[in-house]
Amino acid sequence: MRLLKYSFIGMLFGIVLVKSQVISWFRIQEMFRLQSFHMYGIIGSAIMTGMVSILLLKKFRIKSFTGDPIIIPVKKFHWGNVAGGLLFGFGWAITGACPGPLFAQIGGGFAIVIFTLLSAIAGTWVYGLLRTKLPH
Amino acid sequence: MHLLDFLKHPWPWWIAGPMIGLTVPALLLAGNKAFGISSSLRHICAACLPAGIPFFQYDWKKESWNLFFAGGIVVGSWIAVQFLSGSQSIPLDAAMVNWLHRQGIHDLSGLCPEDIFSFDKLLSVRGLLFSVVGGFLVGFGTRYAGGCTSGHAIMGISSLQWPSVVATISFMAGGFFMTWIILPHLLKL
Repeated sequence: MRLLKYSFIGMLFGIVLVKSQVISWFRIQEMFRLQSFHMYGIIGSAIMTGMVSILLLKKFRIKSFTGDPIIIPVKKFHWGNVAGGLLFGFGWAITGACPGPLFAQIGGGFAIVIFTLLSAIAGTWVYGLLRTKLPH
Repeated sequence: MHLLDFLKHPWPWWIAGPMIGLTVPALLLAGNKAFGISSSLRHICAACLPAGIPFFQYDWKKESWNLFFAGGIVVGSWIAVQFLSGSQSIPLDAAMVNWLHRQGIHDLSGLCPEDIFSFDKLLSVRGLLFSVVGGFLVGFGTRYAGGCTSGHAIMGISSLQWPSVVATISFMAGGFFMTWIILPHLLKL
């Protein structure tokens, strides 16, 4: 299956999320209470690594393994970036998890988080339902 | 054995952060995929309950790599907990411990407080709020914002896109507001 390579990358990502305690509710609390540098270090160095990687990929015009030139989708600004961002921030502080860690907490054995994930899916569904009525 | 010892300890940020960052080029190289996880929630809606909503009328199978990626996260975190002592307690700042005790959270072991996130507590007001309402906000907010921490904060900022900077500032602002202003009240419930 050609899609299994993505599962492999996801698996490595999941291991890192657990081993660096990004999936810990306590770590997210520490971050928002400014009591630890840990999460800022992780997010900051992840951004720096991603940035340098993309610059190198572009500079050397490296193609993906499928032979296509690398394309990075353009994100257009809309007010949902702000309104949705704030709402997600509320949820992040409450649950201590963004979508990646939700999957990782379930894999890590926190069966209760299945309910959080189902609620997140419901939230996405309700957004789809109300989309045309929301300011963007 | 040194390597295994190392793997079994919690990983410092300067190892974990760059590894997370490398997910960006890994996915681009593997097949031109932009790192992001919250889209998987949309694909699940499109696959399971499109209900005639235009936002869910698209060929989700074309995007199914994202579901395979999310599935990989579940497997990887299982491996980390089973074989790499991933669920050990973390040393918390003393101020944090005091604050949590004052909020009625006494069990500080593991990755999530059992006093909030457990099946016993799920049907309490606090349990419903933290698990169900919190999850809803994560799913609704990320889709409204057009991405989450991975899609905006890491992928978006890495590729120098200013809307992602705006979104990330909003995530943090929402998180700070909730943590400092609202959360202390919610924890008392």
